[in-house]
Amino acid sequence: MDRAIVETRVLRVLRWVVIAVLIIVTLFPFFYMLLLSVRPIDELLQNPGRIWAGPAEWTVRTYKEVLTSSAKGGQGFLKFLANSAIVSISATLLTLLVSIPGAYAVSRLKFVGRRQVHFLFLAVYLFPSILLAIPLFVLFTRLGLRGSLFGLTIVYIAQTVPVSIYMLRNYLSTIPESLEEAAAVDGYSRLQTIRKIVLPLAAPAIMANALYVFMIAWNEYLFALLFLVENRADWTVSLGLAQLSGGIEVSKTVLMAGSVVLTLPIVVLFFAAERLLTEGLTAGADKG
Amino acid sequence: MVTTRAPEATPARKPRAKRPLTRSQRENRAGLAYLSPTFIVVLVVVVLPILWTVMLAFQRIRLINVRRAGVFGRYTLANLELVLTSPGFWSSLWTTLAYTIGATFFSIFFGLIAALVLRGKFPGRTLVRASVLLPYVAPVVAVTFLWKIMLSPQFGFVNNWGVRFLGWDRPIAFLSQREYTMSIFGWHVDVPLALLTVIAFEGWRYFPFAFLFLLARLQAVPHELEEAAVVDGAAPTQSFRHILLPQLMPVIALLTVLRFIMTFNKFDDVYLLTGGGAGTQVVSVRVYEFLTARFDIGAAAAQALVLAAGLIVLLVIYLRFLAPRVEEEER
Repeated sequence: MDRAIVETRVLRVLRWVVIAVLIIVTLFPFFYMLLLSVRPIDELLQNPGRIWAGPAEWTVRTYKEVLTSSAKGGQGFLKFLANSAIVSISATLLTLLVSIPGAYAVSRLKFVGRRQVHFLFLAVYLFPSILLAIPLFVLFTRLGLRGSLFGLTIVYIAQTVPVSIYMLRNYLSTIPESLEEAAAVDGYSRLQTIRKIVLPLAAPAIMANALYVFMIAWNEYLFALLFLVENRADWTVSLGLAQLSGGIEVSKTVLMAGSVVLTLPIVVLFFAAERLLTEGLTAGADKG
Repeated sequence: MVTTRAPEATPARKPRAKRPLTRSQRENRAGLAYLSPTFIVVLVVVVLPILWTVMLAFQRIRLINVRRAGVFGRYTLANLELVLTSPGFWSSLWTTLAYTIGATFFSIFFGLIAALVLRGKFPGRTLVRASVLLPYVAPVVAVTFLWKIMLSPQFGFVNNWGVRFLGWDRPIAFLSQREYTMSIFGWHVDVPLALLTVIAFEGWRYFPFAFLFLLARLQAVPHELEEAAVVDGAAPTQSFRHILLPQLMPVIALLTVLRFIMTFNKFDDVYLLTGGGAGTQVVSVRVYEFLTARFDIGAAAAQALVLAAGLIVLLVIYLRFLAPRVEEEER
């Protein structure tokens, strides 16, 4: 038989096999996470191999324990969630506040050093965060910012602004300049033009960007560990889960419930804005 | 850029005391002003800390005397010496390299397969494409914990099934066993089990990243090219090899650099999975240990510098000898 025909037939079958494997490999772990979070611990220890449990066996005690404040004998994840939300939302807003004008400048305005800006961003991207961790640890200890959510927010801004500017710049350069020129003819100042013309047009990119920054801040672990570990009341969800999962005091199913609580906001956001996000992240990549 | 644009304000309405700036001067000022917040943040939280790391690396500073540390401290090479001669330095460098190369390769390889498979239309494609991204967007702490539980000899289903269905003699501690003796056709081979598990984790977590970029590029390949190949009787593998792959090469080269950099510097994944034990101590975990277990800031900084230097050397080698295409394509 012809090679082309044989290959086409084999690959047609193989494609479905690979799709099935992909779905299992990516989704099954998350299903397993959900399942473990509702199974009682003693039942899990007896049957670790079971990957299904009917609704009759489910328990919500794990969630109750993980969310109840530590003063009342729980794990206090509600407080951690609030901390994470404060840090992530303020990091997102502040990053946008800094990066929107920055991206506009890089894409539209001619200024001294415009071409060199990229190198600076590349440097941020290249250097290991563990390298920054040491001086920031020392600096923030001196300033008394270590152990504060505010200090952590500043670090997140610095880590996300370069990528954020890069993403926004790619999008801004697709907006025709004639629109802004028309606005200028109508007597708009530059800031008015940005606010009334550029921002509405760039709204999808800005949304994608906001989500991206939020995800980074919500998921971050290293700096949260370095800055906040000493005081339990300051922990973010990521840090709280990591700290508690190291010990043996808290049962694994309760921690699984903690994982669900940590993962759920991100997954919900992601599915709500999946298209925005994937297009924003790879903008410009298709140009080679 | 320079086009006819009406003056922003007529002099009659807004009188200026001094002579007005030219258009390009105004633009220059506005540009710098708009970027200044970025500059300030990046300068304070990134550039200065990097310079400071260099200084710290050459001073004997521990956490106790850090308050006295300044620009004019006593400079010494003792930290570098300590780091370079301390036990486990070279092995951690090799571990980092093996980990980085393995993880980079697997994430791009599986990303490519996923992109090829999920490219064409089929019912539910959008949902599948989105689900494939989950390992990448989910919080690292949650997924590492999940893997730890899945692979745990006590709670996990993997070991349970391995013993029940695959005939393992006993559960395997994937994340805390340095070496595992496998017998293949009577040969006994030691495999670095924990390291391989960590590499597999990285491949799983980051293949969606490669998938995203490769899919975006695949969708930009004109259909006529492949249709012409089909008309000419090319088999799918031939058309992949001669049509798609050349189109994808620039993205693959870019991904290789990006993934390599990111994995080389990676701290949290390894730290959360194994804590750096069982033969998985990568350099960034060592930096962390110097910092928190020994409170030796100077040595930690020196170790971090070694990491950055190693990365730069490898990147230069890669860009000069292995990937001449990248530079051409970036124009």
